[in-house]
Amino acid sequence: MTVSFLILAVVTVAGTAAAMGLRNAVHCVLALTVGFVGIAAIYLQLDAQFVGLTQIMVYVGAVAILAVFAIMMTHSPTSVQLPAYSSFWLAGSVVAAAVFAVLAWAISLSPAYTRQAPQEPDVTAQKIGDALMHRFVLPLEIMGLLLTAALIGAVVIAMDRKEEMK
Amino acid sequence: MSPLGSYLLLSSLLFSIGLAGALTRRNAILVLIGIELMLNAANINFIAFWRYGPAPAALTGIMFAIFSISVAAAEAAVGLAIILAAYRHSQTTDLDQMNSLKG
Repeated sequence: MTVSFLILAVVTVAGTAAAMGLRNAVHCVLALTVGFVGIAAIYLQLDAQFVGLTQIMVYVGAVAILAVFAIMMTHSPTSVQLPAYSSFWLAGSVVAAAVFAVLAWAISLSPAYTRQAPQEPDVTAQKIGDALMHRFVLPLEIMGLLLTAALIGAVVIAMDRKEEMK
Repeated sequence: MSPLGSYLLLSSLLFSIGLAGALTRRNAILVLIGIELMLNAANINFIAFWRYGPAPAALTGIMFAIFSISVAAAEAAVGLAIILAAYRHSQTTDLDQMNSLKG
């Protein structure tokens, strides 16, 4: 395990753990952006520069902002005094810890655990674009259709119905 | 570089943190964020297996991660729209108070 990986892992885990543990929802999203940046840095360390920058643009730039807007739009004065955790938080934590224990046990037994990285692949944005336009063109088109349908659906769902009735 | 197992352990830890958040938080938006964290943990696995796999020149891991990020973005937009619609209906995002399916 290298020092750079340890630093990135600690930053990522601390950010995401704070995002799931803090009481104030806005603080949670701020901690979450730290975790997302850490994940993007891990992609960069794995020589996937395009995915790392996509992660920063989509998650840090769009999803986190969207979550902050949603928190502000649903903020009601009474929700501050309510407890942050649900009534069955103990069972949920035990389930999550059990899932991690099983996954870590399986990973540590696997022969892939000690596998070392092969030679650094030569991945450029041009090669990714070529692959998207030739071999993966059908998934790309379906993804465009899905994004269009999802955005129209999101607008229709979030639309205020009272405006329609007038 | 670190061995493949360290990346897998990190991603399983992130998955468990997201699962714990999705199961224990009361705010619906934070539950959605927990689900996003679980998707991110899966993406780290895609990239790690691509980098340590036998044929990284085929770019399949990168493509899978890019499409997974796009689907997660669409999911976040629709999920937050549903939360906004539910908030307009019940005036709360507290999941313990949203316990009625009838209008």
